[in-house]
Amino acid sequence: MTTQLPPCLLWSPDDRRPLEEYQTGVPRWCVGCGDNAILTAVQRLCRDEGLAPERTVFVSGIGCSSRLPHYMRAYGFHGTHGRALPIAEGVKMSRPDLTVFVTTGDGDALSIGAAHWIHALRYNMDLTVLLHDNHIYGLTKKQVSPTSPLGTRSNTTPKGSLLPALNPLTVTLGVPNVSFVAQAVDWIPEVLYQIVLAAYRHKGTSFVRILQRCPEFMPGMFDPWVRDPSRTLLLRHEKGIALSPQVAGTYRNQREHDPRDMAAAREIASVDDPIPVGILYHDPDAPRYEELRHGGAIRTAESIRRGLEAELDTFTIWPDP
Amino acid sequence: MTTVACEAVPAARSRRLIDEHVVEIVSDSGEGAQRCGQSFAAIAARSGLGIWTVEIIPAEIQPPARSVAGASGNRVRLASRPVTNGGDAVDLVVAFNEQVLRGRVEAGELRPEATILLESAWANDRDPQIAREYAETREELLSHRYRLIDLPMEAESRTIVSDPRRGKNMFALGVLCLIYGLDRRLAREQIAITFGKKDQAVIDQNVRLLEAGWAWAEREVDLRFELERMTVTEPQVVLNGNTAIALGILASGMEICAMYPITPATSASHYLTDVFERVGGIVHQAEDEIAACAFAIGASYAGKCAVTITSGPGLSLKQEGIGLAVMAEIPLVVVDVQRGGPSTGQPTKPEQGDLLAAMFGSHGDAPKVVMAVSGIEDCFYSMITARKIAETFNTVVVVLSDGSLATAQQPIPRPAFSEEWLASPADQSPVPGGGRPYDWDATTGLIRRWIPGQPGGMHTITGIAHDRDSHVAYDATSNEEGLRHRSLKLAALQRTLRTPRLFGDDEGDLLVIGWGSTKGAIEEAVSRLRAEGHRVSALHLTFIQPMPSGIGDILRRFRRVVTVEMAWADRADDALIDDESRRWSPLAMLLRSRFLVDVDCWTDVSGRPLRPAAIHDGLLPKLGPA
Repeated sequence: MTTQLPPCLLWSPDDRRPLEEYQTGVPRWCVGCGDNAILTAVQRLCRDEGLAPERTVFVSGIGCSSRLPHYMRAYGFHGTHGRALPIAEGVKMSRPDLTVFVTTGDGDALSIGAAHWIHALRYNMDLTVLLHDNHIYGLTKKQVSPTSPLGTRSNTTPKGSLLPALNPLTVTLGVPNVSFVAQAVDWIPEVLYQIVLAAYRHKGTSFVRILQRCPEFMPGMFDPWVRDPSRTLLLRHEKGIALSPQVAGTYRNQREHDPRDMAAAREIASVDDPIPVGILYHDPDAPRYEELRHGGAIRTAESIRRGLEAELDTFTIWPDP
Repeated sequence: MTTVACEAVPAARSRRLIDEHVVEIVSDSGEGAQRCGQSFAAIAARSGLGIWTVEIIPAEIQPPARSVAGASGNRVRLASRPVTNGGDAVDLVVAFNEQVLRGRVEAGELRPEATILLESAWANDRDPQIAREYAETREELLSHRYRLIDLPMEAESRTIVSDPRRGKNMFALGVLCLIYGLDRRLAREQIAITFGKKDQAVIDQNVRLLEAGWAWAEREVDLRFELERMTVTEPQVVLNGNTAIALGILASGMEICAMYPITPATSASHYLTDVFERVGGIVHQAEDEIAACAFAIGASYAGKCAVTITSGPGLSLKQEGIGLAVMAEIPLVVVDVQRGGPSTGQPTKPEQGDLLAAMFGSHGDAPKVVMAVSGIEDCFYSMITARKIAETFNTVVVVLSDGSLATAQQPIPRPAFSEEWLASPADQSPVPGGGRPYDWDATTGLIRRWIPGQPGGMHTITGIAHDRDSHVAYDATSNEEGLRHRSLKLAALQRTLRTPRLFGDDEGDLLVIGWGSTKGAIEEAVSRLRAEGHRVSALHLTFIQPMPSGIGDILRRFRRVVTVEMAWADRADDALIDDESRRWSPLAMLLRSRFLVDVDCWTDVSGRPLRPAAIHDGLLPKLGPA
């Protein structure tokens, strides 16, 4: 129907590109910024999955998180604040053959782009959405964000924020047709990588909230969790992510959780301490908007002409013979 | 039946030859006056008459029954020549109740000597208040010069259908066909077309109603009009503006339209959805206007040019996306079917208030192409032109239509499809080494855009100031380079535009300039002025940004210049208004600033499509001393 190109069906290990082939530019994030860990995980993913850089698109909005496409050697669309998701939806609708990632932040996705966030989950298009959640506006220099904990002192809340934080996981899990919800933290890179990998492999909108440190404006924010592994709840399941012995040995606070179990997912999501890490919900069968919309017919000049003529026929006054 | 003539009316069954008539059919919402009017117009067009129809739409979906503001229906201008606008006052009206009729009378829609065919069933309504209202209004109407004919639609239809509310519109159609001498066979055929999706029994019943109306009028009405017919030699299509836009989108090869429901634009998307269901393509109803614009931009970025369709408030919301597409140089077609503004304004009424917003609405310097459709045919072809310009220049093309074209119908020559209308397939060839994504051409500002899938072309586009590599760049040189080249593209396009042709002589006392939907009405008004001996010409602009060359020369060949627009301009005689405080209408302001010519304006914001007589009368004082 629309411009469709057959995805490459064959892949041989020779096609593997080194990590450097997915890298470009020098990230301008602060030292210690969690965005660096996310970038590394994504670059590793591209390498390991052998993604063709020319067929991979990173779409972002505005904010620190949204600079990520500039550091990927792939196609990128650094859009406007809050609008990464609808831009990415348009890309995917017009080119289902492309692999599309969305990188966004807590201000970008959950505040100015909140409407798009909710609806993107409903559309369930095949997008891998990475929510860099540092609980603060960084690029605009420290304003309270929807996920800032109650009492957060910022330039717009000098006496501390007045409202409880939004929980993006519970909201996400409340949207019909949601198909993949996971939470990762930037300080456990191996698990972050595994989660991003699972998200990428899922066909549908994969929503990954990544708790991300902002040493500049939220120094020490996650220190209690970084220092105390027991305050991380690692979700474990045969259908979940692979855990190395090192990780499993360090993070012993674990819970068996079937990602198909929505009720349990919502219960897990509603607790923020310990921080649940892993795949909360996964429904591989949720319908995808781009598939529902594409009829499969290829448009040609001839089919357009025929369609147009048929439409015009219904409005035509023919001269009497 | 009673035929009451308030003045002596020649009661002859012979047909009176007329050049044109404006006919209205009005009812409560849902009683089928619109269907009656559309069918009547279609039959007239097939008979070889020039037609133009205007929908009469109440603002509410179901306004209270029998309310003055609730008129729903159709205005049909019939003529023995092609017509380009809805004409002036109404010559004949069929009203399903006296309250909707009152609304039309009070709005000054009727000629003083108009013929009124009024449903008479209300006289015996069970509700005494309704019967009294009816009687009072009828008396009131009789005190004027109208010719009033009692029309027993309900009583007569009841012999055919159990619920006359669902059928008297076709009875009325039969009456109109008889009065205007339209072919009964064509009328029957039209009913088959109108009800084509229903079963034969429905078609048969409506044909019986049509025949009943015809027979009743033949028996009871002393009124016959005859219009000379044109010979139809080429196939024509009867389209409204929004349908023409949708068909134009199909014909342009665009495949994705993203929209959000808004009046009066939405019907274009409705129809396009229908078409795309059959032909392929996607109309995406986004969660909001911003998302619709962003979705279209994403689609355009990665593949063929996409379109987003909206009306005024939606244009405001899309401005950030429009700015992004301009900045990142992504093709995009934005259709704005204008309505009364600001804010929610008058959703169902036409206005041309969005011109400056379309040109300058985004923050910063965001040069984009703005063109306006001047008629139904233009609605179709402008989509093909807009798509081509958007893709060639990698920029945004805003196409302005308005509510007066959205639902107006007119026969136009049937378009003959050409493959050249279509967008090329997305380029997926490898990018040769050494090129940069924004290698602006120094003269034209044009770039060669690389899209996802092209090996070697990987880059990240951004709405942030960027250099030729598309890297974020805040240095003064990069910023200025981007601004300069994006602006140059408009100059490059300008060089390809033809100077619009004058309607009338090359010089004179008054030049009337318009843009958009008003072309037909303006030229008709100017024709009348010229026929009266005035040295008046008209110029109509399709491209407003960039404006074609040669306009300034034309302006200077006339003693006075005035724009005619459906937009606000301060009234020159208001106490506080003088040349220094006056806010001019949009086009007048643009022409004044660009050409340093003292351009005046005459504007109308009545919310009605512009009428030739109103323009004529408005222009007379602008002629100045001879």
